Amino acid sequence: MKQLAVFLFAALLGATAQAAEYKIDTKGAHAFIQFRIKHLGYSWLYGRFDDFDGSFFYDDKAPEKSTVNVNIDVTSLNSNHAERDKHLRSPDFLDTAKFPSASFKSTGFEPLGDGKAKLSGELTLRGVTKPITIDVTNIGGGKDPWGGYRQGFSGTTEFELKDFGIDYNLGPASQKIEMILDIEGVKI
Amino acid sequence: MSARNSDKQYGWVAIVLHWFMAPAIIGMFALGWWMRQLSYYDPWYRQGPELHKGIGILLLGLLLFRLLWKLANPSPAAAANTPRWQALAARAAHGVIYLLLLAIMCSGYLISTADGRPIDVFGWFSVPATIQGFANQEDIAGEIHEILAWTLMALVALHALAALKHHFFDRDATLRRMLGLRTKAASSDNHSQTRATLSSVTATTTK
Repeated sequence: MKQLAVFLFAALLGATAQAAEYKIDTKGAHAFIQFRIKHLGYSWLYGRFDDFDGSFFYDDKAPEKSTVNVNIDVTSLNSNHAERDKHLRSPDFLDTAKFPSASFKSTGFEPLGDGKAKLSGELTLRGVTKPITIDVTNIGGGKDPWGGYRQGFSGTTEFELKDFGIDYNLGPASQKIEMILDIEGVKI
Repeated sequence: MSARNSDKQYGWVAIVLHWFMAPAIIGMFALGWWMRQLSYYDPWYRQGPELHKGIGILLLGLLLFRLLWKLANPSPAAAANTPRWQALAARAAHGVIYLLLLAIMCSGYLISTADGRPIDVFGWFSVPATIQGFANQEDIAGEIHEILAWTLMALVALHALAALKHHFFDRDATLRRMLGLRTKAASSDNHSQTRATLSSVTATTTK
């Protein structure tokens, strides 16, 4: 009963949001760009990019109009191991001296109902631009306790390392990388 | 042979330190260069860096002892017929080699300890991280480590060529005394005569 009340309250708040531009809350670190890749096929290795910024447009009445732009400082890669991070930034992998930034620009947003959607866009990484599709879930949105208005999403996608020019051999189980994207935006 | 240096001869401590560290340092350069090209599935992919870090810490210990030993001992004078500028250049090169070694070892330490991890020395002991948390510390320290290592190798080549020049062209005792060989010049009257002549020449020119 209480949950239902919270849900209705949230829905009511949501209804007042309408179309708005949101700034991704990197300042308060309520946004994470993480990746994971299999290690030898035996376990998952997680890493993230600590520095990025971006914004999105979201209209809960017309979610198909949603757009997203994100810029990532690739040198901020962090896999909790300095020697590995150094190797991942080297020309064997991301070559961050040559390609210090990556970006994602959306080209389409296809709502699938139930808060789920397919976000398509162009990912630029290591100087290569390729279309990717991200499976998105709207986690929630509404007023925050400090006078702001927030909207949050979770997304996943995967691609082959070689699609972006990374051909270092990590083994047959480690050809693909998964991206796990969690962003919360504050209404501007 | 005495353990300590005299103003003509190196003692055995300095000689052993020199000939133990020289191949180790050149070997470390080769190992550092080689281990970076290894593929992920190479058995040495993990062992190479482990070896490089362990030896590096041990060499740092030896270097610190060597510098203290150098301070506490006289340095043998340049061979008598060496032009003044060459003697000065040799001194400067030696000083820069020591500084480079120290800087290379410190920068290497800063790569591996950038995330707070200690450096393990063959399971014997480990050196904890101290300075950490600079933005991209491992990358900056890595750049410095690499550039200084190449600079050191250039100076080492110059140092070795200079030693060979002394031995084969000047035919003096510079290389022999670092090899711990009894030098003809040091014991013969011939040498002291040369020195006497030279000092009288210097004396007259300064007048």
